Amino acid sequence: MEDLSLHILDVVENSIRAGADKIQVILNEDRSNKTLTVLIKDNGCGMDEKIVEEVIDPFYSTKEGKDFGFGISLLAQAAENTEGWLTVESELGKGTEVKALFHSDHIDMKPVGDMELTMDLLKMSHREIDFIYETGE
Amino acid sequence: MKLKPEDINRIAEKMHAATNLRDGSGSARIIVHMGTCGIASGARPIMKAFMDELNASGREDILFTTSGCAGLCSHEPMATIERKGETPIKYVELTPEKVHEIFENHVINGNIVTEYALGKGSERMA
Repeated sequence: MEDLSLHILDVVENSIRAGADKIQVILNEDRSNKTLTVLIKDNGCGMDEKIVEEVIDPFYSTKEGKDFGFGISLLAQAAENTEGWLTVESELGKGTEVKALFHSDHIDMKPVGDMELTMDLLKMSHREIDFIYETGE
Repeated sequence: MKLKPEDINRIAEKMHAATNLRDGSGSARIIVHMGTCGIASGARPIMKAFMDELNASGREDILFTTSGCAGLCSHEPMATIERKGETPIKYVELTPEKVHEIFENHVINGNIVTEYALGKGSERMA
């Protein structure tokens, strides 16, 4: 993935598959600490503790007939490459929250990319879902 | 320039008139494969190209959505075109130029662009 907006597009597809009808994407830039946090929050079906533990493992997937899933693991890797981190919190029946922290001054920090295009295309292709995109500093 | 939530809503409302997704009454459906493999190999520009074609055509009866990995990651970016009552066709290794041809010929006029389709040709026997 070339930039974060593509990772986000990918991870949001998980929320869509989880049956969410409300998906929030929040980018928060902390200029003094030179960090960027990405929060993707949905009200989809959620996951139990066991699945949450395995979700960052690239050779894990809940899809039938598929033994791998790289979406979350690639975003985690992008964050870890900047000495950042990724966490997944989830509750069955309530939803999931994926949070990633990036050190934006790190040499391996990816550009954010075209977030507007990512959010526009998500909205246009999934009219039934309420997408909320916020940026803050 | 930062896009505000209300801007996204405005754009989406505008697009809604053209895409008519909610009532499911379309005569054709464009499905762009948006798995990790698809996105990594350029599904987003393909999606945008289809959206642009669709908007330019002014057709309100063509639906547009996404799906995941079809298990043919090396052939991404891919899209499936479904026309009512016809066999769905999977197109592989797409570029925005190919999207233009597929939209004109297949989505609008019903002529499959076999050159870009996943399967064609007879099987060689030993």
